[in-house]
Amino acid sequence: MGLQTLDLKQRSATTTPSPQAKSNVTEVAKLIDVSKCIGCKACQVACSEWNDLKEEIGFNHGTYDNPRDLTENSWTVMRFSEVEMKEGEEARLEWLIRKDGCMHCADPGCLKACPAPGAIVQYANGIVDFNQESCIGCGNCITGCPFNVPRISQKDSKAYKCSLCSDRVSVGLEPACVKTCPTGAISFGSKEDMTDLAEERVVDLVERGYKTAGLYDPKGVGGTHVMYVLKHADQPMLYAGLPADPSVAFSVELWKGGLKPLALLGMGAAMLGGLLHYLKVGPNDADAEEKEKEAS
Amino acid sequence: MSTSIQRYTERERMNHWVIAILFFLAGLSGLAFFHPSMYWLTNLFGGGAWTRILHPFLGVLMFMSFFGLMTKLWHHNKITDADKKWLAAVSENLTGHEEGLQDVGRYNGGQKVLFWVTVVCTFLLLVTGVMFWQPWFADSFPIGLRRIAAPLHALSAAVLILGTIVHIYAAIWIKGSIRAMSRGTVSAAWARKHHPAWYREMTRNS
Ligand code: HEM
Ligand code: SF4
Repeated sequence: MGLQTLDLKQRSATTTPSPQAKSNVTEVAKLIDVSKCIGCKACQVACSEWNDLKEEIGFNHGTYDNPRDLTENSWTVMRFSEVEMKEGEEARLEWLIRKDGCMHCADPGCLKACPAPGAIVQYANGIVDFNQESCIGCGNCITGCPFNVPRISQKDSKAYKCSLCSDRVSVGLEPACVKTCPTGAISFGSKEDMTDLAEERVVDLVERGYKTAGLYDPKGVGGTHVMYVLKHADQPMLYAGLPADPSVAFSVELWKGGLKPLALLGMGAAMLGGLLHYLKVGPNDADAEEKEKEAS
Repeated sequence: MSTSIQRYTERERMNHWVIAILFFLAGLSGLAFFHPSMYWLTNLFGGGAWTRILHPFLGVLMFMSFFGLMTKLWHHNKITDADKKWLAAVSENLTGHEEGLQDVGRYNGGQKVLFWVTVVCTFLLLVTGVMFWQPWFADSFPIGLRRIAAPLHALSAAVLILGTIVHIYAAIWIKGSIRAMSRGTVSAAWARKHHPAWYREMTRNS
């Protein structure tokens, strides 16, 4: 959590507007140019350095992915995929490396699903941040996230994920991974600038023969504040299962939609209905009725 | 002839009130997460994290105690033709003009429908609740399933709570019913009016 708590766009489980006076904040974005990444994992190291995270020593699973998955201590992981790309008759082996982590969705499913007020916030600059001190450990953020990002710690039952270094960004620094990348594969700036930068790069890649290169900024989640330049933007799934058209699941939208206030209203109406029924019809008292009959 | 008729045994009554208490505890702790406007209920259980920890245990306990009573009452709740008549005449029944409309046995059609609604909801709550029970069970279920289980859990909870509001109101409205679950007996007049077939059955041999 940075110093910009007042510049909130959204707050989980909150039905009143967030403070909006400071509305001239630029939206930021991190652009990951997958075509420039060499898979050195310097960004993973920088992330754990800056955020004081220590991953447990794991096992060699026979892949380059290390650790094998995102964890509460590893907010970013390089995912390696070997794919065979058809080129006419021939097949060419390609090694695709994608830096996985929170996409900082404009329309974040984690925030939508979270039942704890303020445990997940979205700053005006677009960063989605978890407030562990308000987290209750229910796991709804996992249910809501279309990118399988949040992880709950077995030690403290709190959810963790990439904060896009909100603490650094709030004082005008770039995220630690951006700072450290030796090939310049990660850039950080305003979302507009990053989109322009991506377009230039895509033109470049297309010229060099990657006809299907493009920017990954999926509209299904309102766009993201972490974007990829992909050589095969037509097949994002090649990149360790990056979803082609991610969106918050329909059942989650339904669960968190307008039906719940209606259900609460229904419960209130049922109680009120009982009261009115009692006032109108009166008690159904067999004993009193029988006594009355006997008396008459 | 005694004017009191035994309706529930001591065990059944204790079982019923254990369910009632656990229902309130599970329901209120669950409602805390149902909608932001209900989050204040977490204060009753020691805050958000404690409410989250306690709720599933309360739910499972409620399920187990409900299961006990359910197996005892199961065979009394088969829907019959008389019940269908009762349900068809529901508006007369709800204004208290129930005499002679249908020959009601131990339970009327409304009670039986509510019984089955409660059975279905309670089982659904257990099955879906376990699927996103952190930290032990949730990870064993595929995410697609959990995404269905969570709204289903909320839906069955809402239906169960609505049904229980009806159940509680019926007990308040029909005088002499609460006695059945507190002392275990009802008056003969109560039985004659609300459950005539059951009344004949109970008094046949006396
Ligand atoms: C039978 C066993 C049950 C289990 C294992 C269970 C488990 C859960 C879990 C894991 C949650 C997610 C939030 C949290 O972690 O606390 C939840 C939410 C909830 N539960 Fe249960 N529960 C059970 C029974 C019940 C019962 C009996 C009721 C109501 C009478 C109920 C009502 C709710 C409600 C209203 C929610 C909030 C749903 C939402 O997020 O919209 N649950 N339950
Ligand atoms: S990627 Fe997942 S955790 Fe990150 S903002 Fe989107 S929904 Fe939330």
